[in-house]
Amino acid sequence: MKVMAQLGMVMNLDKCIGCHTCSVTCKQAWTNRAGVEYVWFNNVETRPGQGYPRRYQDQDRWRGGWVRNRRGRLTLRAGGRVHKLLSIFANPVLPNIRDYYEPWTYDYETLVDAPLGDDFPVAEPRSLLSGRPMSVEWSANWDDDLGGIPEQGELDPIVERIRRASEDKVRFEYEQAFMFYLPRICEHCLNPACVASCPSGAMYKRVEDGIVLVDQDRCRGWRMCVTGCPYKKIYFNHRTGKAEKCTFCYPRVEVGLPTVCSETCVGRLRYIGLFLYDADRVTEAASVEDEHDLYEAQLGVLLDPHDPAVVAAAHRDGIDPEWVEAAQRSPVHKLVVQYRVALPLHPEFRTMPMVWYVPPLSPVVDRLTETGHDGESAGNLFGAIDALRIPVDYLAELFTAGDPEPVTRVLRTLAAMRAFMRDVTLGREIDESIPASVGMGAEEIMEMYRLLAIAKYDERYVIPTAHVVEAHQLEEIGCSLDVDGGPGMGGPFGEASGRPAPVSVETFHALRDRQTSDTVADTSADRVNLLNWDGKGRPAGLFPPRDSR
Amino acid sequence: MNVLLWGVLPYVMVAVLVTGTIWRYRYDKFGWTTRSSELHESRLLRIGSPMFHFGLLVVVIGHVVGLVVPKSWTTAAGLSETAYHVQALVLGGIAGLSTSAGIAILIYRRRTTGPVFSATTRNDKLMYVVLVLAIVAGLSTTLLGVAGGEEHDYRVWVSPWFRSLFVFQPDIDAMAGSSPAFRIHTLIGMALFTIWPFTRLVHAFSAPVGYLFRPYIVYRSRTAGPAARPARRGWERVGSNEPR
Repeated sequence: MKVMAQLGMVMNLDKCIGCHTCSVTCKQAWTNRAGVEYVWFNNVETRPGQGYPRRYQDQDRWRGGWVRNRRGRLTLRAGGRVHKLLSIFANPVLPNIRDYYEPWTYDYETLVDAPLGDDFPVAEPRSLLSGRPMSVEWSANWDDDLGGIPEQGELDPIVERIRRASEDKVRFEYEQAFMFYLPRICEHCLNPACVASCPSGAMYKRVEDGIVLVDQDRCRGWRMCVTGCPYKKIYFNHRTGKAEKCTFCYPRVEVGLPTVCSETCVGRLRYIGLFLYDADRVTEAASVEDEHDLYEAQLGVLLDPHDPAVVAAAHRDGIDPEWVEAAQRSPVHKLVVQYRVALPLHPEFRTMPMVWYVPPLSPVVDRLTETGHDGESAGNLFGAIDALRIPVDYLAELFTAGDPEPVTRVLRTLAAMRAFMRDVTLGREIDESIPASVGMGAEEIMEMYRLLAIAKYDERYVIPTAHVVEAHQLEEIGCSLDVDGGPGMGGPFGEASGRPAPVSVETFHALRDRQTSDTVADTSADRVNLLNWDGKGRPAGLFPPRDSR
Repeated sequence: MNVLLWGVLPYVMVAVLVTGTIWRYRYDKFGWTTRSSELHESRLLRIGSPMFHFGLLVVVIGHVVGLVVPKSWTTAAGLSETAYHVQALVLGGIAGLSTSAGIAILIYRRRTTGPVFSATTRNDKLMYVVLVLAIVAGLSTTLLGVAGGEEHDYRVWVSPWFRSLFVFQPDIDAMAGSSPAFRIHTLIGMALFTIWPFTRLVHAFSAPVGYLFRPYIVYRSRTAGPAARPARRGWERVGSNEPR
């Protein structure tokens, strides 16, 4: 057994309202540069829909991830080492920019410069690639909120697969349509196909926290990782000629802050924490024969951080006791292993993804409520989960390689929690049989409710910081004069004179204060950093003192 | 003049190539890439690029064999003069034509595909001119040999000069005595290698052969990253014993 730590994420899809705040803040933080205009490390796609890039899930076409060959060993679907080197001069299955979308801007200058005339000037779209006028026909979330579904719903690879599986024709009409949102980041897989595809060895998995990164100095732009990743979450920067990907916001995570997408999520649907896993068993688990067993196999690789044997082995393998303790409090471990309500995205790609999803119960509840039933009653919900085959089959294709059983179990658990908690909240008589029907106790289901519904910042994000010894190197070099009352504070020449505190340090403390206090955060510094002001109250120093006339 | 061209220039070229490559590797690792444009256009690239690159690989092998292996060795191995030239002409001709057709397709593609053209730097354009000239001159030496009827035996003139460079006793007369076509091709070739480290051609030096021998999944420790790098000169912390 070789114990390794892995940062993981769980997203509760029932809470996602598809506002794209995570995507926008991520883009502002990481990909607001030339060359990556078309790149969204985080994107939110409406399901059913084609996704981004279009139809990325169709591995018959894009050839991402791993397959189990006849000898029971894992090989890259796009071909092994020799095949890769032979096709290095022209990658046979690289998505074209139009499979993402051609990025554009508008010719705003005409609005100002156009000569006086009878017509209003119009800012025409201009391609950001060639600079020429272009017509905007597709973008990262063109089919957002089922836009264009009557014509293009058939293009969803999962709809296609379900239809192939069931003989009776599933009609795709608006009346029958259901939808939910799927936010996606890099999966930071345990068995990453992108890393395995990289000829230069520039991509690597970090030993300490399992984050998958691209070494920009070693990447030579062979583009094999783009093909290798079945989630198409490695992007090619066409300006620098290098691969770029979601970094799990490692500079934030190293100091204990959650990723930007998690931090800014208005639905608070993301959870970040540690998994401990057995690195020796990953390949074996990823190569089980039946695709339906992959979910269980993946759970089997994760270790119980409370098990004394695991703790001892973690100590032996050099994992910091602080990290083991964080793994014991990890919200993602609870949701994935203990309550088993979070499922991996496309385990059939055999990459062992480490971003997990609590499948949405809402399509089922909505359908029930629409048809005049009580959408919160346990009996109705259980029946409806079994009756509404289409959503369940669809979810199963996403999360369990098409096996409806685990999805049904999770949805029943969520339904039981909903029905049970309604009784608790309304002060009705508690029905112990509801949690029992999904194999849980009343106590346990209430704990799960707490974690899913009202968990505070500290409970949603349990992130151990980078090792203390390194910590001082991660901080910006502070000024030794910046002690309270020292010349660094405020400065001798009025406000804004003197040396500013490093913004990362200031932000860190202000944020921590704001997120953990129930009252208006106190910014005791003389100057107010507007970036940290939460809009509440009037901190001293925001406005100049009033004249006492 | 001959001394300058065939006795001095080759060493200048090698010096620039070696120091330039080392300099580029040390100071511009980030710029060391293929700068692929496949994202923008792949239909023509998928025909042109393999034609060019595989053709070029054969051409390179041909050059190595022709320049390094002395004539006496192949004769001793029982390969007649005619047989050697026929195989060199056939293989070299095919590879050369494939290379030049490939680069023609690639240049056409680069000029006509909007995004690819706008991603082309002045550096690239210069490189393309020298590269095309080298290929055209090289191919014409091969083809002129056939068309002109009389075969100019470069293994008598050019190869001995090439080998003599390595022992630092350049056989200037040998090179000066070769045909003009060969001299032009050699000069352009030297120009190409001189600009090599400063263009995108450096990607050839990072051919990922190591991929065949490494385990699939690469693990790296955070401590190997920039956070653990020693402080720069002048930025050492108080009391640090780092050597200056």
